[in-house]
Amino acid sequence: MKNLNSVFAAYLIAWGIFFVYYLTVARRAAALREELEKLKNSLARNK
Amino acid sequence: MKKQAAYAAFVVLLLAAAAYAAFFIAPTDARQGVVYRIIFLHVPCAETGLLSFFVCFVGNVAYVLKRDAKWDWLGVSAAEVGLAFTTACLVTGPIWAKPVWGIWWTWDARLTSTAVLWLLYVAYLLLRSLIEEPERRALLSALFGIFAFIDVPLVFGSIRWWRTQHPQPVIMGGPGSGLDPTMKAVLFFCWAPMLALMVLLMQSRYRLEAMRGDLDIVRREMETA
Repeated sequence: MKNLNSVFAAYLIAWGIFFVYYLTVARRAAALREELEKLKNSLARNK
Repeated sequence: MKKQAAYAAFVVLLLAAAAYAAFFIAPTDARQGVVYRIIFLHVPCAETGLLSFFVCFVGNVAYVLKRDAKWDWLGVSAAEVGLAFTTACLVTGPIWAKPVWGIWWTWDARLTSTAVLWLLYVAYLLLRSLIEEPERRALLSALFGIFAFIDVPLVFGSIRWWRTQHPQPVIMGGPGSGLDPTMKAVLFFCWAPMLALMVLLMQSRYRLEAMRGDLDIVRREMETA
């Protein structure tokens, strides 16, 4: 079982990259959604 | 939203099944021992990254021809996702290389062309962040994306055309190459969750870019109002 730690490290890091990326996309989407709602509301108020 | 959550759960299950197959179904390699099992992660990440860049290329060419923002959204989504997979490939490669080659990295044709590929798509995203005007940003980045894609066939062919420290291809390789049938079956099985993950990430990123497009429209309406 020599180098088993390397295999675990590779899996953890790769999965970590995908998880963090998915999280950043979700966060950016939430922030944009909020901004879009604010702009739409202020546009409706100005009309 | 519920559909996306269900699909994400399905992808996680597939990833877990692939890890199980990689650890418990594939036989241990006689020469490398357990460390070779990184192949079931490293190769699917590399192939999925190249496929994402191909999708980006399709989006770039379609944008130049049709000037429809949707193709630009596809291009940037695929570029980012491709970059995530290529980053995973570039990180898992050295972790595998160190115990097998005795070194983390070497500047051979495969590793160098992959590092250049990574830098090219980072430059693609940087270029986009520097241009404010949406149509100009989409056109210039599409042209740059088409240029960047030239490196993809180089990465694919590098281990076929030149002598490299990186092993020769085990799939679609020359005579005498190949894998044990069980290893090969597990490798293909491990590619499926990566493709499913690519679709999930690309869909999420595309939705984000579409929202950004809506935001630009609302902003313009506000400026003219």
